[in-house]
Amino acid sequence: MVKVLIVAEHSGGQLNPATAKCVACAAQIQDAQIDVAVFAADAGAVAQQAAALQGVKRVLKVENPANAEPLAAVLAPQVAALANEYTHVFGPSTTFGKDLMPRVAALLGVGQLSDIMAVESAYKFRRPVYAGNAIITVEAVPDKKLVATVRAASFQAAPQGGNASIESPSVAAELPTHTRFVSRSAAATGRPDLQTASRVVSGGRALGSAENFKLIYSLADKLGAAVGASRAAVDAGYAPNDLQVGQTGKIIAPELYIAVGISGAIQHLTGIKDARTIVAINKDAEAPIFEVADIGLVGDLFTILPELEKAL
Amino acid sequence: MSKILVGLKRVVDYNVRVRVKPDGTGVVTDGVKMSINPFDEIALEEALRIKEKGLASEIIVVSIGPADAQQQLRTGLAMGADRAILVQSDSTLEPLAAARVFLKLIEKESPQIVLLGKQGIDDDNNQTGQMLAALWQRPQATFASKVELDGGKARVTREVDAGLETIEIDLPAVITTDLRLNEPRYVKLPDIMKAKKKPLDTVSLAELGVDTSTQFKTLKYEPPAPRQKGVMVKDVAELVAALKQKGLV
Ligand SMILES: Cc1cc2nc3c(=O)[nH]c(=O)nc-3n(C[C@H](O)[C@H](O)[C@H](O)COP(=O)(O)OP(=O)(O)OC[C@H]3O[C@@H](n4cnc5c(N)ncnc54)[C@H](O)[C@@H]3O)c2cc1C
Ligand SMILES: Nc1ncnc2c1ncn2[C@@H]1O[C@H](COP(=O)(O)O)[C@@H](O)[C@H]1O
Repeated sequence: MVKVLIVAEHSGGQLNPATAKCVACAAQIQDAQIDVAVFAADAGAVAQQAAALQGVKRVLKVENPANAEPLAAVLAPQVAALANEYTHVFGPSTTFGKDLMPRVAALLGVGQLSDIMAVESAYKFRRPVYAGNAIITVEAVPDKKLVATVRAASFQAAPQGGNASIESPSVAAELPTHTRFVSRSAAATGRPDLQTASRVVSGGRALGSAENFKLIYSLADKLGAAVGASRAAVDAGYAPNDLQVGQTGKIIAPELYIAVGISGAIQHLTGIKDARTIVAINKDAEAPIFEVADIGLVGDLFTILPELEKAL
Repeated sequence: MSKILVGLKRVVDYNVRVRVKPDGTGVVTDGVKMSINPFDEIALEEALRIKEKGLASEIIVVSIGPADAQQQLRTGLAMGADRAILVQSDSTLEPLAAARVFLKLIEKESPQIVLLGKQGIDDDNNQTGQMLAALWQRPQATFASKVELDGGKARVTREVDAGLETIEIDLPAVITTDLRLNEPRYVKLPDIMKAKKKPLDTVSLAELGVDTSTQFKTLKYEPPAPRQKGVMVKDVAELVAALKQKGLV
């Protein structure tokens, strides 16, 4: 029997939407029993949110002051201890899951399957490699525990309406003290979250300065959209690192993606290939972004953006 | 003083537009440019800067791969590494096996820091450093954008989805690099000549005696589903009309 343990991601008492995507992924495995584990200092609110996801059987709360911050070295032995009775252990393919899950796998003496984008059976999945330039079908041996991360952009969130039981198992694991949380700086923008927004406006190197990048914010605000950026724009300091979209940034799947002054490098495109509609604005008609754009407009962004904002 | 171990994986150069072989057995690599994984170049650059500050005594670059991976190791030596180890393997290892190889080398070399890339841009696994840290029972600081050493500790700023996170770890430890940690230096011609005299040892996978059993089998490679051909509009008015037609604004 397939039993999947999903490690919940959360912050500030809120379950991260990527967790509901992991549940949706696991639910595609036939007859899978799905449990969600919440590690926190105080897991109450998050456990309730996880219990409300359809398809979840049990929510396991593991409360410990040491779990106040998501440190992989501290969480991994606890996940490994819980994993005993499961055939599969899933986490989201976010920086949280990417940091934690391989450490869990190694503690369990098994490998990991990264970035599941489609489920074919309990041990057969599809995932992207080479920045999404190839999709591989991978089969895992059934006699080993399968640890995996789930590419959130490939799945619709599991719906609300579940009613899982909430339990507090005791977890016997020795927790290391060699890794300590110091601080986190997150820009509170008041804008929609890039990873879950249905509309995203992204700017590239062409913006030329942090000052000019305000044009992107302004259009985004008009559309109620989240803001993204290319690596070049982040490297140049026009936008913060958490806005980077692409192979090494965020993989997103909005309904509408507007790429402004972005050339469309492979590494950028891999982050947006699941976007429903891609709009490209670029002054170079030969830019590769136009090969993937649903709607393309050749021209100077500095004249187009103000016009567009006015026309909307 | 302390040693730093750096992983240099040989991968298809990031500028190459990778294509799937028509028979679906892999991607085309014949005649394709191979390079050091970009994240590993950043790892080596960081190690060099640490050594230049007098905080490390020796930098050892390691590649697990075919004999041709010597090219990438020589480039690493030309950048400034002191010596190189090629763990020769003609089949690709899963990250767990690669981590086991690194652990063997750690047992032999006792480094203070192991610097790896956050991910290989071929398999995009993003696993080896974390697995190594677990097997070694030491801290990990993944996706590093800033590393500050302070005696037996390191303060590492990490690029996370929410922004930047700083953690403090005791050394020895594994650190994996993100893109903005540094900008790797260019190799100069005289350095390439000098690098030819630096030691490059080859050991076989069998000699190390690591478990290389596999858990995963790739059944086929496929190109990604192509996107439908789009339309070009000539001005903002047409753009807005097209968006309206799709119900997007
Ligand atoms: C290992 C690795 C990982 C990477 N990961 C990522 C990633 O996750 N995300 C990412 O984005 N990149 C990533 N990159 C970088 C990627 O290869 C490109 O360098 C980057 O995406 C380029 O950003 P850009 O399109 O903004 O800049 P450019 O390529 O310089 O493009 C700027 C574009 O703006 C256009 N333009 C200029 N002026 C105007 C104007 N006035 N009006 C309209 N258009 C104008 C130009 O025609 C050009 O097409 C990675 C690279 C490596 C090696
Ligand atoms: N075969 C290898 N040779 C050298 N280093 C490797 C190898 N495989 C993985 N690594 C290191 O581990 C990092 C992460 O790789 P991966 O887990 O495969 O994405 C790489 O950036 C390298 O630093």
